[in-house]
Amino acid sequence: MEKFLVDLIGDNLITILIICVIPLLFLLPYALVAILAELKISAWIQDRLGPMRTGPWGILQPIAEVVKLLQKEDITPANASKLLFNIAPYVIFTGSYAAFAVIPFSSSFVPSNINIGIFYLLAVSAFAVVGILMGGWASNNKYSLYGAIRSVAQIISYEIPGAIALLAIVTFAGTMNLQLINQMQSGWFWNWFIFGGPGSAYKLFIIPFMIPLALTYFIATLAETNRTPFDIPEAESELVSGYHTEYSGMKFAMFFFAEYSNMFIVAAILTTLFLGGWNSPFNNFMQGPWWGAFWFITKSFFVVLLQIWIRWTVPRLRVDQLMYLSWKVLLPISIVCFFALGLYRMLV
Amino acid sequence: MKLQAKDIFDKLKSEFSDSIIEIKEDKGSDPFITVDAKKVLDICLFLRDTEELSFDYLSSLNGMDYKNNLGVVYNLFSTIHNHKITLKVILDKEQPSVPSIEGVWKSANWHEREAYDMFGIKFEGHPNLIRILSPYDWEGYPLRKDYKTPEYYHGFKVPY
Amino acid sequence: MSELRTIETEYSLLTDRLRVNVGPQHPSTHGVLRLEVVLDGEIVVDVIPHIGYLHRCFEKHAEAMTYPQVVPYVDRMDYISSMNNEWSYVMGVEKLMDIKVPERVEFIRVIMAELNRIANHQIAVATFGLDAGAFTPFLYFFRDREMILSIFEKTCGGRLLYNYFTVGGLNYDIYPTFVDDCLAVVKKVRETNAEVMELLIKNKIFIDRTANIGILPADVGINFGCSGPMLRGSGVPFDLRRVDNYSVYEKFDFEVCVGKGEVGSLGDCWDRNIVRMREMEESCKIIEQAVKNIPDGDVKAAIPKRVKPPVGEVYCRTETPKGELGYYIVSDGGLKPYRVKGRAPSFVNLSVLPEISKGYMFADLILILGSVDIVLGEVDR
Repeated sequence: MEKFLVDLIGDNLITILIICVIPLLFLLPYALVAILAELKISAWIQDRLGPMRTGPWGILQPIAEVVKLLQKEDITPANASKLLFNIAPYVIFTGSYAAFAVIPFSSSFVPSNINIGIFYLLAVSAFAVVGILMGGWASNNKYSLYGAIRSVAQIISYEIPGAIALLAIVTFAGTMNLQLINQMQSGWFWNWFIFGGPGSAYKLFIIPFMIPLALTYFIATLAETNRTPFDIPEAESELVSGYHTEYSGMKFAMFFFAEYSNMFIVAAILTTLFLGGWNSPFNNFMQGPWWGAFWFITKSFFVVLLQIWIRWTVPRLRVDQLMYLSWKVLLPISIVCFFALGLYRMLV
Repeated sequence: MKLQAKDIFDKLKSEFSDSIIEIKEDKGSDPFITVDAKKVLDICLFLRDTEELSFDYLSSLNGMDYKNNLGVVYNLFSTIHNHKITLKVILDKEQPSVPSIEGVWKSANWHEREAYDMFGIKFEGHPNLIRILSPYDWEGYPLRKDYKTPEYYHGFKVPY
Repeated sequence: MSELRTIETEYSLLTDRLRVNVGPQHPSTHGVLRLEVVLDGEIVVDVIPHIGYLHRCFEKHAEAMTYPQVVPYVDRMDYISSMNNEWSYVMGVEKLMDIKVPERVEFIRVIMAELNRIANHQIAVATFGLDAGAFTPFLYFFRDREMILSIFEKTCGGRLLYNYFTVGGLNYDIYPTFVDDCLAVVKKVRETNAEVMELLIKNKIFIDRTANIGILPADVGINFGCSGPMLRGSGVPFDLRRVDNYSVYEKFDFEVCVGKGEVGSLGDCWDRNIVRMREMEESCKIIEQAVKNIPDGDVKAAIPKRVKPPVGEVYCRTETPKGELGYYIVSDGGLKPYRVKGRAPSFVNLSVLPEISKGYMFADLILILGSVDIVLGEVDR
């Protein structure tokens, strides 16, 4: 048995385990900070103070919330499909955690430096759909079912403009390896792909395509993570809570955790592909493996803050408008940008 | 043109003669016209469709319990001429029945259901005459003066 | 929308219809309303409202109380705009007893009613935005509403239920800094409204969500007895403050706001909402004019020792923020009313919901319900 395991994963089992756990060690504090950010930013936008009682300025509030969720009774509805109902939150979380395998945190740390990084990301990010449909269907609740159906339709629709945006970058960079893409963007911040990447003055021609492409990807990922204005699957005023209506306690917390982890994933991809990943904006200033992690997390967190900011500002779309936006607005834009970048790559 | 209650009464009297019973104009209270319950649908249609009257707006429809009789009071208003009138019908307490005016003013739909719910007045021709405020299986008509609160409802003690 | 309406009939795509119970416990039914919704996919085929979950036998209670004792019960009908509710009832009893109310009382009543109208419309627009998924304007409005409530609190001690108007007068006179507080409210309301106009009302997503949704044609609205912003949103200038000219409203210069179909068809959700936004401004105007000329006098001068109206009956209606609130009060000459019937605007406005929401999507139904602006305390009484 032992021999089989060693054959299967090689003799560096400890290393693999450590590498598997490092993103989790990052993710747990990140989720707490993101929850606090969500609470505080929403409060500031809405002209109130937000949580103030737990710790100084309420910074311990996320911990209190987690403790509350842990203590809550774990309810499984009597008529729910027990197995699916119970594993759905973990399936969703697995999907989002698996994506961390290829996220390049710094120049010397990426859990798995595979050559098909972007392809892998697209594959595992679709995994969440399975979990959502499982949870929504197994709850045996009409609202949950509606939420799940909407969510699946939405995520699959928005994968397409998102994927084309990623493909455009793949065409542009000529690689699917995220680490290589990052290395290409080193130097000053105008070498980032959102500003046309490194190159001659000809890149001025593609900047008008790169910025819409980045925005397209950002909007598509907002929809994929079910954030306002695309939070139709869990539209509070219509579907109570959508696919997680029936969940409580720790299982609900897993949904919540997966949502915040997904937010970080898409922010990290956006950072890697468009905002220079772990590169310092100022050439060699504060450049290096540790600084790389700092820049990467800072940029990603900035994108997460953008997501939070948008959530508390705009109202929600309707289902048909959501589909309209995806198929008739974002898709043509992303395709045009895709062709423009391909043309540029051919000519320059 | 804004008409007074008396003018409206005269118009109705000339059209329906015997069905219009009386007009009452007391000081400090709204003038009202008592009409025959059987003809109330025709009268309402006349009030709505005649040009000088144009009562297009049913303000309120109230069930009444006059101890010996039941009654229905219609508060009508014309958004075109800004005049108003109150119609009143008196019904028998044993067999309270009056034609529904749901077809004339749709707002009567819920008002009539409420009057049925509270007083047990049957509105003939109402498309969906079921209780509205009380539970669907409630017994008795709460706003009648001789109403006795039931002791139990589905095993729950009612006056608690 | 017309495309959606015909899908079902033309192509007979339907496989099975889903019956969803929206409520009685649901985040956006504004209380304990239950809507039985028949859905064909996302499209609403039928809506059947079931009301009565909050029925508190107001009319039966009123028959057992003396006239002044009914006032607190009236408060609890539309608990968002209690002042307006009280006014309608109190005016009815005054009409029965033929009491002439002092000018000062009328002015204070107008100010209170308009302040409460602003507070009510703030909640209406706020919850409407909340139904559309915009959370932030909700809290802006609640922050401002606090100022209005504190005026009420300083005047009569209550923040939600006031028991302030009484037959023939008011229970308390206003406090010394009342005028300044009112002007501060007016200033703040204008600021916030300008902000919300930019943030929510003119937002592209919000317009897309609400324009051309839940269209209520004017003739249907009148036939269904709709009133208030619901009917005015359809372009009918039916405002009892002008139509009946009750109290001292003819002394004030204000406009009756109607929907104009600016972004969609006339009488859609956006129109109903913008009417409420604009009415807040008109109420501000009335308050500004009124606080300047509050006459002197004793607010309790005309309060009768014994409220014992002669035999008679009266239907008295006023314009509350939600529409025409009428009380049909019958007196048999005793100390207690023989019958009090409340004609609640929410009740009548809600009855049009099935008519205007068929064929739209489920998400639209929630918005249409939000734009009707119901308070279940008043629907169920």
